[in-house]
Amino acid sequence: MFYREAGQFKTTYQADSAKFPIFQDKLFIWIYLAIGFIAIPLMANDFFLGAIMIPFLVFTLAAIGLNILTGFTGQISLGTGAFMGVGAYACYKMTTYMPDVNIIILIFASGIFSAGIGVLFGLPSLRIKGFYLVVTTLAAQFFLEWAFIRFEWLVNYNPSGAIEVPQREAFGIIVTGASAEPVTRYLVCLGIVVVMTWIASNIISGRIGRSWMMIRDMDIAAELMGVRPLHAKLSAFAVSSFYCGVAGAMMVFLWLGAAEVESFDYNHSFLVLFMVILGGLGSLLGSYLGAAVIWILPVLINATPRFFGLDIGSATVQHINEMLIGIMIVYFLIAEPHGLARLWAIIKQKLRVWPFPY
Amino acid sequence: MLKKLVLGAAALAVAGSMIHVPTASAEDTLYVPSLSYRTGPFAGGGIPFANGFADYLNMLNARDGGIGGAKVVVEECETGYNAQKGVECYEATKGNGALVYNPLSTGITLQIIPKAPVDKIPVLSMGYGLSAVAIGEKFPYGFNYPTSYWNQMSSILKYIDQNGGIKGKKIGFIYLDVGYGKEPIPLLDQLAPEMGFEWVGFPVGVKEMQNQSSTWLNVRKERPDWMIMWGWGAMNPTAVKEAAKIKFPMDKFIGNWWAGAHADLNSVGETGKGYLAANFSGIGTDFPALQDVIKHVVDAGNSQVSSKDDVGNVLYNRGLFNAVIVSEAIRAAQAATGKKSITGEDMRLGLETFDLSEARLKELGLEGFTAPIKASCADHEGGGSVFIQQWDGSDWARITDPIEPMNDIVRPLLEAAADKYVSEQADWQTQTCG
Amino acid sequence: MELLYNIFIDPFVQMYSLPDFFLQVLWEGFVAGTLYSLIALGFVLIFKASGVFNFAQGIMVVFSALTLVGLYALGVPAYLAVVLTLVVMYGLAFSVEKLVLRHLVNQPDIILFMSTIGLTYFLIGFGELLFGGEPKAMITEELGLPTGDTVFDVLGGIVVIQHIDVAAAIIAFILIAGLAIFFNKTRVGRALRAVADDHQAALSVGISLNQIWVIVWFTAGIVALATGIMWAAKSDVSFALEVVALKALPVLVLGGFTSIPGAIIGGLIIGFGEKLFELYWGAPLLGGGTDSWFAFIIALIFLLYKPEGLFGEKLIERI
Repeated sequence: MFYREAGQFKTTYQADSAKFPIFQDKLFIWIYLAIGFIAIPLMANDFFLGAIMIPFLVFTLAAIGLNILTGFTGQISLGTGAFMGVGAYACYKMTTYMPDVNIIILIFASGIFSAGIGVLFGLPSLRIKGFYLVVTTLAAQFFLEWAFIRFEWLVNYNPSGAIEVPQREAFGIIVTGASAEPVTRYLVCLGIVVVMTWIASNIISGRIGRSWMMIRDMDIAAELMGVRPLHAKLSAFAVSSFYCGVAGAMMVFLWLGAAEVESFDYNHSFLVLFMVILGGLGSLLGSYLGAAVIWILPVLINATPRFFGLDIGSATVQHINEMLIGIMIVYFLIAEPHGLARLWAIIKQKLRVWPFPY
Repeated sequence: MLKKLVLGAAALAVAGSMIHVPTASAEDTLYVPSLSYRTGPFAGGGIPFANGFADYLNMLNARDGGIGGAKVVVEECETGYNAQKGVECYEATKGNGALVYNPLSTGITLQIIPKAPVDKIPVLSMGYGLSAVAIGEKFPYGFNYPTSYWNQMSSILKYIDQNGGIKGKKIGFIYLDVGYGKEPIPLLDQLAPEMGFEWVGFPVGVKEMQNQSSTWLNVRKERPDWMIMWGWGAMNPTAVKEAAKIKFPMDKFIGNWWAGAHADLNSVGETGKGYLAANFSGIGTDFPALQDVIKHVVDAGNSQVSSKDDVGNVLYNRGLFNAVIVSEAIRAAQAATGKKSITGEDMRLGLETFDLSEARLKELGLEGFTAPIKASCADHEGGGSVFIQQWDGSDWARITDPIEPMNDIVRPLLEAAADKYVSEQADWQTQTCG
Repeated sequence: MELLYNIFIDPFVQMYSLPDFFLQVLWEGFVAGTLYSLIALGFVLIFKASGVFNFAQGIMVVFSALTLVGLYALGVPAYLAVVLTLVVMYGLAFSVEKLVLRHLVNQPDIILFMSTIGLTYFLIGFGELLFGGEPKAMITEELGLPTGDTVFDVLGGIVVIQHIDVAAAIIAFILIAGLAIFFNKTRVGRALRAVADDHQAALSVGISLNQIWVIVWFTAGIVALATGIMWAAKSDVSFALEVVALKALPVLVLGGFTSIPGAIIGGLIIGFGEKLFELYWGAPLLGGGTDSWFAFIIALIFLLYKPEGLFGEKLIERI
């Protein structure tokens, strides 16, 4: 009833292949955008913006990046954390050399560097498949982590070995550094993520995206049909790493404000992979849902005893939190192995036929 | 199935929307967040520290009814030594009227330092974090009493010099391969030609903390006369065991103050006999203040320590010492402003004006616990002396008097580092000290 | 030129000029290699029998070691504590099969892999809740394991051999030999191999998959306990120990995911390679700390030539 497409006729091919062919979907997207760009900045406090929304957006972008590689092209990667790191260090170096350039441009540009590194470590994927590929991406992860520490040039010879984000402006507004308002940082993040999601959805439905999916579904068959695995796989690595790199630059510049190598360690690679799988492989919506569940849920669980005034030690809460995340992951995998995005599809279908199930 | 999921999600959404962070703290309380880590790979160090910190402040509540008539509220927030969680904790607690942050992690400290002047909440990174915050003119909101890593390194080198001379010796420096471990390297580079020694670095990756055999083979190859360690967590016991394996003389092996806790050496035991470590807080419970903690907090069952034996161990006392500095600064702030309940800005003033003299330490029941600290506007690290302690196979024993750091050499380095930090930040807030 | 000298000549000059040290390096490489093989073995067992890439092996190592030390702290005699720990590991294997694996039959590999990461999170939280996060000392002496060392005077220098390392190597080889016999000579072992070859065919001849899974997870639990005791004896029992399991991944890749001899040889190659590279090339030329990635890079380069590992099953692809 709520989701009925009856009566919505398409008269052109363009309208038929639109991003959101159904009126209700369009409506929802506009509502979400309105909430994101207007309601949240007006109402939210610093904690909600700084500890929930900004990290959520950063991880969403990283999850989209990994989803392009894992969900759409079928290449499992555990190097996400390191590729995010490449983006962050690249952005830091660029803004050191070009302090007057608009920082948002630099954040985008830093993706180019991680795309390059991504292609380099994507080369083995031409021969290696499955879990063997997982291990080679871990090689990228560990090698890059070591390189971040060893090459002090990357942090401008800072004795603390950390990136310390300087204050930078975009369009005359302070965007990074400690004096940047959380609302500003949030809006910049949101803008970047929305634009990049839109680009991703267009790439995916285009020729390149289709060749990725052919590789994922069966690489030999795709090869026989004229998809060049070299192009398809490496372009997937490049685009995916580009997204991860931008996410990494956002993470350090718009969220953390300073970062050591641990901010890019292998745990983050796992975290992002969780988001992708829980959200749904091969779904952009899934990347949002996965990031929301994996990032926001623990924050809520941590805040729960404080809210109810329960006197539970912070450590116990953390233990329970970890157990719950573990249980939740296993439970979701059993209940809906196709991820939250599939769940949404089911809900949508139910809403469409409600109240009559047939 | 689906229904359950939807209901669950709805319930969570409702719970989430109801959560708000209380903003106004009640009258006459002093809110002190404690960013602790009782979980994760470094929990062994985080747990005793957090216990000591909380227990001392709770003891003041129980014994004196708080500080200057205002109750201290200690709220722990679990960081797991993770920088992201640290920021989350900071954002979650700063709105409650937090007086001071003790991040207990160099990574988290680095993230909070630029935020401190904006939110007007001082950061006290006690013997860790950015060495350069010692320069008060450049970092009005950063403090690292009682001393910085660089000062500590200079004290350790002085100790080596006093015990057989350092000239012409080869010093091995084994460190955790992160920002924390690399912090003293510039000082070693600077002092090596001046004091006439040679140094070699042995990095240990975080993932290799418990797999150090190649590192120590390297040590055996290089044959240093002394070893200095900047370690943390599981790295410390492994390093001491590996050192014993290559027959490195234990009394030529010095850990810094994060590499000399009971938790580190208990699992080493007799093998580590003779191992040295720097420290700046007293060992054991033989102080009236600690007896009060045991009486008012531990025996009353209000402490999180798993057994009474843990009270008085090195890191417990370090956490307690951190609480002592915090409480003394609160007192100084209360005296200066005449208010019972103070703000972060008042607290900053308190951290610049308190005076932990010998006499004051005695009054607090901590005579001989540590070297006196005199705070000032320009010097945000106080005295800076450390003493050396030695492991006797089952317990630590203090073997030296406090060793003064080489302030004359370290201070210009700190100033240069502070200038460099500030020069990279636009509109950095500094202050002039009269 | 000097760089070329440092890469191609100097390391070998050093090996020759300090032969005792070279011998020591080889010995340490051997010890590390056996330990890597032990962890890799845990992975191989489960992968072979159920196709699950068990990421939880690392935390199982920590969990079993913690249980052992925890039970001993409660006053249980050391050997009884080992037995009880094994009972706990059996319970774990049983519940994993009952609550997780059984419901995930026929799911893609990646889903099974993720479920073991979920299991990892659960066990970390559960372990910390039960035992606390403080590091604990391994009860090496109480278990009757030797602790001293012997110094050999050879080649004009000394080679130090730790008794615990010798014991570790012996235990590793006993375990591996035992498993080989178990796999090849017993009824259950044959059933395991049948399951590894083809699930459906195994089912059709009356082999219970569920039972087999409990057995392999339990066997992996035994291997985890042995690994936990040996690693913890070198440092202490803490959650940081979990990361050593990551070292098993390149070993697996070198040896092939399904091969027990592959795990052993892969472990030894990585053990020797890592130590030699770090000491003769990594530390002098790259500033040290190379052993965090060297194993992975060897594995990567190796894979480019032989994508299925040394002893892995050759992939035949068809449409």
